[in-house]
Amino acid sequence: MSIDIETAARVAKLARIRVEDDALPALAQEFSNILGFIEQLNEVDVEGVEPMVSVEPMRLKRRKDGVTDGGMQDKILSNAPDAREGFFAVPKVVE
Amino acid sequence: MTDLTKLKISEARDALRKGDVSSVELTEACLAAIDKADALGAFVHKTPDVAMDQAKSADDRIKAGGAPDLCGIPLGIKDLFCTKGVPSQAASAILNGFKPEYESTVTSQLFDAGSVMLGKLNMDEFAMGSSNETSTYGNAINPWRRGNDDTALTPGGSSGGSASAVAADLCLGATGTDTGGSIRQPAAFTGITGIKPTYGRCSRWGIVAFASSLDQAGPMTKDVRDAAIMLEAMCGHDPKDSTSADLAVPNFEAMLTGDIKGKTIGIPREYRMDGMPDEIEALWAEGRKMLEDAGAVIKDISLPHTKYALPAYYVIAPAEASSNLARYDGVRYGHRAKLAQGDGITEMYEKTRAEGFGPEVQRRVMVGTYVLSAGFYDAYYNRARKVRTLIKKDFEDVFAQGVDAILTPATPSSAFELGKEHTDPVEMYLNDVFTVTVNLAGLPGISVPAGLDKQGLPLGLQLIGRPWEEGDLLNTAYALEQAAGFVAKPTQWW
Repeated sequence: MSIDIETAARVAKLARIRVEDDALPALAQEFSNILGFIEQLNEVDVEGVEPMVSVEPMRLKRRKDGVTDGGMQDKILSNAPDAREGFFAVPKVVE
Repeated sequence: MTDLTKLKISEARDALRKGDVSSVELTEACLAAIDKADALGAFVHKTPDVAMDQAKSADDRIKAGGAPDLCGIPLGIKDLFCTKGVPSQAASAILNGFKPEYESTVTSQLFDAGSVMLGKLNMDEFAMGSSNETSTYGNAINPWRRGNDDTALTPGGSSGGSASAVAADLCLGATGTDTGGSIRQPAAFTGITGIKPTYGRCSRWGIVAFASSLDQAGPMTKDVRDAAIMLEAMCGHDPKDSTSADLAVPNFEAMLTGDIKGKTIGIPREYRMDGMPDEIEALWAEGRKMLEDAGAVIKDISLPHTKYALPAYYVIAPAEASSNLARYDGVRYGHRAKLAQGDGITEMYEKTRAEGFGPEVQRRVMVGTYVLSAGFYDAYYNRARKVRTLIKKDFEDVFAQGVDAILTPATPSSAFELGKEHTDPVEMYLNDVFTVTVNLAGLPGISVPAGLDKQGLPLGLQLIGRPWEEGDLLNTAYALEQAAGFVAKPTQWW
C-alpha cells in the first residue's frame, strides 16, 4: 500500500509530532516501505483465530481499590519543565 | 589479585567470601577500567559515588556472613531502568535531565541483594534499534574488531552499551532488556551470554516502557553460570506489575548439571534463511552435533509461521510504542520545546516531540499511530495479533510433541560496521529475524557464544525454552557452552 503525503501529514498530526512540509514526501515513502513489508500478513489464513490478548494465560491479580500511596506533590513535580504553586504549568489550553 | 575486572560473577562471589578481595577493590578496579574505556561509549552516566557507598556496605555485609550471591558484585545498568536520583533517559533527548524519584523493581532487587551500580549504559533510543546508533549519547562501540582492521563495529542493540561493557570487562555483569532481541543479538555480537526470561518473570515496573506485551528484562554476563545467578536475583512477583507472574523462582544455578541426556532438541527448518552466511549455517550444524554428542535427541521440527513474525512484530511493537510514548508531552518530565508567541498546548506537544524524539522513534510512533487509526485497526493491528496467536501455537505444538528446547542461530550475521547509510529501515529490522518469534510467544531464550567467524568476530547460538522453564533452558545452554568451549576475548585497543 502506498501512503500519500496527505496521509503522512495526518498521521504526524495524530501522533502530535511536528513534521515540516518538505520532509513529508520522504516520510510517506518510508511509511510505504514499512507497510509494504507488513502486508505479508495478508497471506496468512487467520479465519477463526482469536487475536492474542495475553501471551501467558494468567489471571491478572486483583487488589482492593484503596489508596496505597500519595502525599508526595514535591516528588511528582520535581522533574517538571515548568511547575508553579504546586501545579504543572502549560500554555493556554482554552481560548 | 590482578585483572579483577576479568572475574566472572561466580569467581568474584567466591573470592569475596574467602576474603581474597573486597568489593571496594573490585569496584575501584571496574571504575578505573571504565574511565579508560570512554572510546567504547558504553557507560553514559558514571556513578562512582553510589558505587563506592554500595561497595563499602557490601563488604560489611559479607563480613557479617550470609550475604546473597550478588553482594559486592559491580554491575552496569541499562539506561532504560529508572534508578533513583540518577539520570535515566532511555538514551532519548526527550528525557534530558530526568532523575527518577523512585527505583525500578529489578534494580531494587539487585541492590537489595548487595550488588553495586557502576553507572548507566548506552542503548538505542527507547530500545528501538539493533545497532545502538539511535542513541542520543552517540554510538556504543564493539570491543571486538576484524583482526587488525580498526573499523568501528556495532555491539548490536538495543542493549549495546551493556554488551560492550561486559565484553570489555568494564563490569562483571549488566542488565539488559529485550523486546525483539535486544539482549540476545548484542550478546551474540560481543561473545557474551544473554537470557530473556519468560514474559512475566521479571517485573517491568520502573523500566521505561517500549512495547509492554513484549518487553522483558534479563542479565548479560560472561557465562551461563553468571546468567543463572543474576537472573535469579532479577526475577519474582511484583504487585506493582500486574503481568508479573506469582511463581516461585527456583535456584537456577543449582540446576546447572550439564546433563542433558535424553532431552529433545528441536531444529526448526524455517530458520534456514535464504542468503544466510555459510558460517552461520556451519555453526548451527556444529551446535546440533554438540548437543547430540552430549546425549540429547535431535528432532527436525517445523514452526510454519516463522516468516510472519517480523511483520507482525512491526505492527504490534510500534502500536504499543505509540501508546506508551504518548506520555512524553513536555508537561511532567524531560524536555519541553521553546515556544513561539501565541503557541498553544498542541504546538507545545508537537514541537517537544519533534525535538525530543530521534528519527527511528518518530517513525515507529507514527507507524503505530497509523496501524491503530480508525479504518486500519482491524486490517493491521488485529490481524497482527491473530498471527501472533498462530506463532505461539507453532511453539506449543512442538513442545506438545516432546521438544524440550529449540536450537537456532542467534543472528543472521556477525557484528556489522557502524555508520553505514541505512536507507531502508526494514533492512535493519531483519537483524531480529531469529529472536523476535520468542518475544511474540513470550518464551525464554538465551544466546550463547559458540565460535568465531573468519574475520575473528564472535557468533552466537540461541536456545529457546518452554515457558517458565528457564532453569532447564540454562542447563541446556550450560551443556552447549561446555561443548563449544568459547574462551576468546577481544584484544584491548581502547
